Amino acid sequence: MGLTRRDFLKTSIAASTAATVGMPLSKQAEAAVKAGEAGWQWDKGVCRFCGTGCGIMVATKGGRIVATKGDPDAPVNRGLNCIKGYFNGKINYGQDRLTQPLLRMTNGKFDKKGKFTPISWEQAIDIMEEKIRWALKEKGPTGISIFGSGQYTIHEGYAAAKLMKAGFRSNNIDPNARHCMASAVVAFMQTFGIDEPQGNYDDIEHTDTAVLWGSNMAEMHPILWSRITDRRLTHKPMKVVNLTTYGNMSSDIADLEIIMAPNGDLAIQNFIAREIVRRDALNHDFIKKHTVFATGPYDIGYGFRPKNVEKFASGAEMDTYKNEKVHVIDKFEAIAQRKKEGVAVEQKNAATPMKDWAISFDDFKAAVEPYTLDFVAQVAKGDPDEPLDKFKAKLQQLADLYCEKGRKIVSYWTMGFNQHQRGSWVNEQAYMNHLLTGRQCQPGNGAFSLTGQPSACGTAREVGVFAHRLPADMVVMNPKHRAHTEEIWKLPPGTINPQMGSHFVKIMRDLEDGNTLFNLTQVNNPWQNSANTNHWIKAARNMNNFIVVADAYPGVSAKVADLILPAAMINEKWGAYGNAERRTQVWRQQILPPGQARADIWMLLELSKRFKLKDVWGAQKVPGLESGLPDVLPAAKAMGYSPESTLYEVLFATPENKKLRWPDPIAKGHGNHVADLLKDGWFPEKALFEEYRKFGSGHGHDLAPFDVYHGDKVRGLRWPVVQKDGRWVETQWRSNEKYDPYVQKGMGFDFYGNNGQKMMEGNLDAPSGPDKKVDISHKAKIYFRPYASPVEKPDANYDLWLCTGRVLEHWHSGTMTRRVPELHRAVPAAVCWISQKDADARGLKRNDLVWVESRRGKVKVRLETGGRNRVPRGLVYVPWFDESVLINKVTLDATCPLSKETDYKKCAVKVYKA
Amino acid sequence: MSDQGQSGLNTSRRDFLVKLAQGAAIAGSGALLWDYILRNEARAAPYALRPPGALAEADFNAACIKCGQCVNDCPPHILKLQPAGGALPIGMPYYAPRTGACIMCPDIPCMKACPTGALSPKLKKIEDARMGLAVIDIENCLSWKGLRCEICHRECPIKGKAITLETHPRQISRHAMFVPLVHSDACTGCGICEKACPTDIAAIRILPHKLVQGKIGEHYRLGWTFDTEVTQDFKPAEASPASAPDAPVPKTAPGMDYLNAGGL
Repeated sequence: MGLTRRDFLKTSIAASTAATVGMPLSKQAEAAVKAGEAGWQWDKGVCRFCGTGCGIMVATKGGRIVATKGDPDAPVNRGLNCIKGYFNGKINYGQDRLTQPLLRMTNGKFDKKGKFTPISWEQAIDIMEEKIRWALKEKGPTGISIFGSGQYTIHEGYAAAKLMKAGFRSNNIDPNARHCMASAVVAFMQTFGIDEPQGNYDDIEHTDTAVLWGSNMAEMHPILWSRITDRRLTHKPMKVVNLTTYGNMSSDIADLEIIMAPNGDLAIQNFIAREIVRRDALNHDFIKKHTVFATGPYDIGYGFRPKNVEKFASGAEMDTYKNEKVHVIDKFEAIAQRKKEGVAVEQKNAATPMKDWAISFDDFKAAVEPYTLDFVAQVAKGDPDEPLDKFKAKLQQLADLYCEKGRKIVSYWTMGFNQHQRGSWVNEQAYMNHLLTGRQCQPGNGAFSLTGQPSACGTAREVGVFAHRLPADMVVMNPKHRAHTEEIWKLPPGTINPQMGSHFVKIMRDLEDGNTLFNLTQVNNPWQNSANTNHWIKAARNMNNFIVVADAYPGVSAKVADLILPAAMINEKWGAYGNAERRTQVWRQQILPPGQARADIWMLLELSKRFKLKDVWGAQKVPGLESGLPDVLPAAKAMGYSPESTLYEVLFATPENKKLRWPDPIAKGHGNHVADLLKDGWFPEKALFEEYRKFGSGHGHDLAPFDVYHGDKVRGLRWPVVQKDGRWVETQWRSNEKYDPYVQKGMGFDFYGNNGQKMMEGNLDAPSGPDKKVDISHKAKIYFRPYASPVEKPDANYDLWLCTGRVLEHWHSGTMTRRVPELHRAVPAAVCWISQKDADARGLKRNDLVWVESRRGKVKVRLETGGRNRVPRGLVYVPWFDESVLINKVTLDATCPLSKETDYKKCAVKVYKA
Repeated sequence: MSDQGQSGLNTSRRDFLVKLAQGAAIAGSGALLWDYILRNEARAAPYALRPPGALAEADFNAACIKCGQCVNDCPPHILKLQPAGGALPIGMPYYAPRTGACIMCPDIPCMKACPTGALSPKLKKIEDARMGLAVIDIENCLSWKGLRCEICHRECPIKGKAITLETHPRQISRHAMFVPLVHSDACTGCGICEKACPTDIAAIRILPHKLVQGKIGEHYRLGWTFDTEVTQDFKPAEASPASAPDAPVPKTAPGMDYLNAGGL
């Protein structure tokens, strides 16, 4: 076109500067930009960082991604991206991209102590097959495990779960979403009987108040934060409150910053409830029609190893671990739990923390009564240098907002609530205050759980890539759910293992115990992302097991693996993600993966070809399951299967699935390397999506057909997506009659997830027995959950709190974002934020190298007293993206006993000069 | 030399000054001295604003013969020749907007006077000149503080294009702020704004583009730049290349150095 590169750049710059003020470009400049982009193929895609789910547009030319941009038509981000989103187009092209399977070998043979050596895919699948057979022979179905991910595409998660649950009959598959959203899930299931938020991001533009409870949205959900900020600037009544254990960037726009002590949120929520009751800000009608009061046991432990802990833990670790059996009530818990200080309470319900029963409103009222302003201020004040009166005034202001009639409120939270030793409780407390005031599932009103990962909702939760779950909110422990799943999957009855599998942390412990011998890790970095990781690194390297890590770049987990599989990244495969507002979004393959890198789903499908029904569907021994798993081969034969059929034929390339052929016009010329490599002419991603869709259709989890999402004008749809007059229509606010087709007519609000459920009755201390049950159909539960102190608190030796988390510039363990030179240059290393006073008291100054040490391990890190976080005296903050500051060597593996989600936000450390 | 460029200076005096500068330039044209001066320039990284149409700095330095014709023909007499003793090559024409801004003569007499093309005759319209770029010190700009100043905006010869005003709510007084923004696709760098700026030291100044302009990565396009059809009705892709077949296993592969280095 006669356009020089210089002209091109010049016009590009002109385009961008002009655009910032919406000034029309001259026709000439516009033509020049267009000419420069001639031959670019634009297609829609999704950002692969964080749970926000921003739409992006991807341009390719000559087999490479040449550019991306924020999708102006995407309702989530309306054309914007954060700085991670800006670099989506570069993450595929890091220098040390894994392109070849690598196996630890010595003299041409696998050797656990050998060096990584390139092998072929054939050899890689061979050794996986060999090791799975060995593990199944030694331990049965529980001898194998998968670490999955909330960054799995929907198809990948579905294939992995089906291969494990229907094929290998093992429930030992759990996603890193366990570390991220499990507490939110428990609270959704216990409160509403159905997972995921009723509201959506549109709440932002309707609300008068955004209260952040342990969510640094400014850094962790930057695009949503700019929507909140816009609301704050343009809507006069709008107030923003930031409740956090340290001052952060979300405080900058907040009207009220409340620095609380770790676990202080449990007390503050009950204080608000007490104020709502005391001031009669209750929505009596809503409470009566739509809710039931409930509670559960307090003696539930801290999610540590239930048995044999002495075998693995050091003496110092036992200081904390001993609380799993017996916990001594402290002065705050004495008031909060109506007990005596110093009493040793046996943790009798550590194995049954999910128990709950209905209570009366009077019981509820009595339970919140001790949470007075004086008491809660003492428990919850997080900044030792803040005057008590000032803190009290802030709590009062917060309660005022929740009590103000007519004020719309959205409570937001992320990891501050979920990664919490009482994470499920504190999630339920958020619903408590919204339900008490009738502020749930209406535009601008609701408690909204923000997701961390791009498909924690869409894949991990909706598909059910968890040790206890099946698709569409079903669980393996429920015989009806198993039967329904076996029907859709065309499995003989009794195929699915009825025993809950090992959750993420337990898989690590199983590896340490030698109970699991084979592990496949996909789309996450468990040996960097799991707390107390010294144990798990040792277990992976020193025990007789076989660890396979599929990844795009070499990280800590690859380094501890025995076999490394080079994985295709986003845009190198077909995919679908579901974001935090139930929006399912899809993309096509845009480019080929480099070298021998291949999609995770291809790895799973190839592996499934190696196993026959006779290998896995005979009788199986399962520890803890007396009768074991039945032999279902005769039933399988009756269904027309041969024992010689492969899992690939029975689970994936079924006659029905093979009807969906590749190539398909919906591809619009885009490739599919998975279909190409399989060479049998079906379209795996489309076929598996259509099969998966059967689970949700007709009972509140409906998805549209595959092709609808791929339509040019569709930018994702929020489920349930139901057909109306021939169109597929999404649902904005669930449980609200105005918006949700599943609400029973005339009810106004309907928490139908609990339909058909009954609950024992009881008082605050115990259920009265199984004979007296109350029907909770159409109702949500308002839980009373008490304050409980953190299990490990700073003392004379370990005298500081440690909180961990992310930074805006890096995603999770940094394997991708640290390969983008610009992001690495911006934030090259993790630092330890400390208050100036704490630094002075230790004779330390900014930029000093220090050790951060806990009872479990230590890391060396540079000290920071300024910058983006303002930590109070007594607390330090270290982000976890940097593998050279492997902070999870220091953190504590306490979990919420209900959700089994690790608390990464609080443990005791000391800081001293390195 | 602070009086240079002010009106009222008679022609003979200007000629004299020009010749003085030329003399200095000629005297200093020994290779060694030039080399010293140029190296000095590289070290100190000073800058000068050149007349309209000036070639890129290196080309301009090579093409300008320091004849002073442009200075002679500058109607408002704002062009000067670089004196000796500074860090920049002497004898070259420049202007200092705070004392003498370019008035953007439509017929561009300075460029027309240039005998060598150092001020390029390719410049047909003065609005296309890019002598420098206005930059606002928003900490000391009165408008950015909320005062209704906006002199730069009003004085700007291409007002509404080179400088626009954006309104923002200003909470503490419940007034709107009218903040000036500069746009590089229209700003010529004439410096009228810098000259007009009412603060003690100008809060808007002209700087060479390379000292102030960044560049967005080529891997990204702004999503709302202008209407194209790319956001709807995606065109069919070019035929996608076949997937990589099983290749012979190489001896080494990316990532091995790190993975085999040990140390966890």
